[in-house]
Amino acid sequence: MTRTIDPHAIDGKFPAPATRFDVVVVGAGRSGTAAALTAAQAGQSVLLVDENPVPGHQIGNDVPLYFGGRATAATQNSERMLETLFMNTPDLEAVIEAGVELLLGTCAWGVYRNGPLVGSLPGQVVALADGERSWLVGFDRLVLATGARDLPMAFPGWSQPGVMGAAALKKLLTRYDAFAGKRVLIAGSHDLALETALLAHAKGLDVAGLIEVRDAPQGAADLVAQVEAAGIAIHCGVHPVEAKGGIDGVERVILSDGSSVDCDTLVMAIGLVPMIELADALGSARTFDAKRGGHIPLEDGAITAVGSCAGLADTGFDHSAYRFDWLNALGGACGGDTIICQCEEVTLSDLLGVQPPRYLERSPIMQARSLKSLLEDGPPNQDQIKRLTRSGMGACQGRRCRDQVAMMLAVEAGSELAALPLATHRAPVRPLPLKIIADWEESEEMRAGWDVWMGIPTQWVPYADIGTPYEEENRRVLGGNMSL
Amino acid sequence: MSAQKIVVVGGGVSGLSAAWWLARSGVSVTLLDKGIIGWEASGRNGGGCSHYQSPLFKEEQRLWPQMDELLGYPTEFSPERIVMAVTPRQLEQYHYIAQMNNRLGQRVDVLDPQQVREAVPLAGDNCLGGIHYRFGGHANPHRAVQAYAWALQDLGGTIIQHAPATGFRTSGGAVTAVESTKGVHECDAVVIAAGPQTSSLLAKLDIAMPLAAARAEMIVTEPAPMMKLGGVDGNGLYGRQTLRGNLAYGGGPHEWVEFGELGPSARPATPLTRNLARRVAELLPGAAHLNVIRSWAGVIEMTPDGRPIIDKRGNVTFCTMSGVGFGLSPASGHAIRDLVLEGACSFTDIDKLGLSRFEGIADDWRTAKGWLPL
Repeated sequence: MTRTIDPHAIDGKFPAPATRFDVVVVGAGRSGTAAALTAAQAGQSVLLVDENPVPGHQIGNDVPLYFGGRATAATQNSERMLETLFMNTPDLEAVIEAGVELLLGTCAWGVYRNGPLVGSLPGQVVALADGERSWLVGFDRLVLATGARDLPMAFPGWSQPGVMGAAALKKLLTRYDAFAGKRVLIAGSHDLALETALLAHAKGLDVAGLIEVRDAPQGAADLVAQVEAAGIAIHCGVHPVEAKGGIDGVERVILSDGSSVDCDTLVMAIGLVPMIELADALGSARTFDAKRGGHIPLEDGAITAVGSCAGLADTGFDHSAYRFDWLNALGGACGGDTIICQCEEVTLSDLLGVQPPRYLERSPIMQARSLKSLLEDGPPNQDQIKRLTRSGMGACQGRRCRDQVAMMLAVEAGSELAALPLATHRAPVRPLPLKIIADWEESEEMRAGWDVWMGIPTQWVPYADIGTPYEEENRRVLGGNMSL
Repeated sequence: MSAQKIVVVGGGVSGLSAAWWLARSGVSVTLLDKGIIGWEASGRNGGGCSHYQSPLFKEEQRLWPQMDELLGYPTEFSPERIVMAVTPRQLEQYHYIAQMNNRLGQRVDVLDPQQVREAVPLAGDNCLGGIHYRFGGHANPHRAVQAYAWALQDLGGTIIQHAPATGFRTSGGAVTAVESTKGVHECDAVVIAAGPQTSSLLAKLDIAMPLAAARAEMIVTEPAPMMKLGGVDGNGLYGRQTLRGNLAYGGGPHEWVEFGELGPSARPATPLTRNLARRVAELLPGAAHLNVIRSWAGVIEMTPDGRPIIDKRGNVTFCTMSGVGFGLSPASGHAIRDLVLEGACSFTDIDKLGLSRFEGIADDWRTAKGWLPL
């Protein structure tokens, strides 16, 4: 029996992707290139994409890492960056020789497949984009090697140029060769901070020291010894209370003991967050593991996570507890007017008050509402806070604030971070211009079947016209295919 | 009838508004939601408030400009809309809509391309003209649903979240209590406005309501420079520029879906994001360089004719809005309140929105229409 087709439903409107590979690998770091090589050597067709170099304006928006305005102007020159990046990324020549198709400057912004509430896709696809266009690629197996991103935390002065993340500094010092700072102060003393200090030192930067909120250095003893041997001091039991500076950003950082450290860059090396956006936006299963950096993907058939996006190396260190120690200290330094969400300019008091943005009037009863009153109605949900305050709703897609807001919510609600629903990730997981993400070659079926809303001819007939000759006229002119 | 204790099942925008209207009339209201209020279609839509086809239209138009004041919380309502064409076929359709509205006494002006570009600076040379609704507008769904909820609480109403209704207790043909995962809630009358789940809940009371659910998608960009009038759409899209400046648009093919009594287990978006982006870039070429920062999907229930049902059987009042629930919510809540407390809508005729129009509908009506999941 032939099935009746609703002409305005999505049935058959997505064509099969023009290209497909046995394996698509996202991220050309060590884990990603290794996975691509292995697959190619086993005779599989392999596509390896890496979003670096990211466009200059994305670096300005702290996408994908927390660059904090300390990249040089070289990052605005995409040709030069592409060349630099190719030279500075290990194993790329080997990858090409093995027959892998390599695309740099190409981001993966979505993964789609049929599942609950979607059956319209022609198989599983990964959505890609470069500076010119976006397209879909089919795959048998997807390897996510997207790495980990920075965990920023707010304190007075954190939104000015010169406060940045450790992963961003590493990227600028190594693959991009485009770091603009000279003298760096590093927040943290666990392995990430120690490795950051050693890298900065090796690259000839002036390292002003490490500051540690806990009473003793937190990282591996051999790394601590190497840092000390390099003449870099680790100051324990202190934290920044304010970053001060001028038009070019940070000039010095005031510490909780009253001292002041001259530097042009404060590197937040408190923690890294596995980049699970692609898997999570797809609805793939995950779990929370405090020793592996937070939410990490679980085994998922055709999708494999490798490297730090699968979770940080488990050394027994409780990253989550450590981050809360920092949050408590830095949060104590914040005033009500300290900005938490930079994109949407949401202050700490706006956030805790669940207040709407400043362009809306705040009536007295609106002002009487708060996170505390909202929590009386149900358990905390970050997406709800996002809807009401706009925190995490901006151009950086929440990279600068989502993790710290989740932690603040857990503190305010007296609940475990792991128990909080993770704020939703949504495609595109990278900001992409309308004209780039647009499908300029869409199927004829899509074009012909497009309707603004459901395509039910009777729906828009004015009530007074129902059952009159006007109803027939309405159907004739607008039909079910209304482009309104 | 003097109902003193009402339970509203469903904390979407229709249930919230009904509960708020009932609380304004001084009755005791408890509202149950399966999760968080406004979490499904009510908080995922385009925010339009311009439903000229509805019998509730006049009440919708009367109320929206007052809602911030009535509720006490911001809804971001902004008046009027412009619909602009980039193809001759669209222009023809829009002109018909303008003519139809003017015939009905609802003013719509026809704009030439230059007039559109003056009002909509992001429009381009491809604009062929448009129409200007001198009514309607748009509001922020997230803020509006929360405003209803807070206003309901301010009037003494109770909201119980994460409490899906599981059954009803009846006596002599009347519902005496609603059972939920959080207890038994006694009532003199019940309102069921539970989106797609309205049908399965009514089935427990032997009331048959034909409904099918579909998934639809939207995208949003980073903020664009503010336009004088944010309610701008056309080119097969519905949507708006938010008061923050973001461009939020939806439209295009839907996907018929099925799920269990507890509602959708997922709300996945698809590569339709790309087709939406294309149409936004065509509609507003001045914004084509702006970044898309999110996409999302929502699940919407539809009746076979795509028109709402607002009706009553015994002490059970029910409502399903077929995808126009957000904009009409100030008025639908009023109508529901009237049905519950007075037995009939006091401000307009809604007879043609009655359930009886579907009496005797074939069991396989969804198959016949092709409204089945893939």
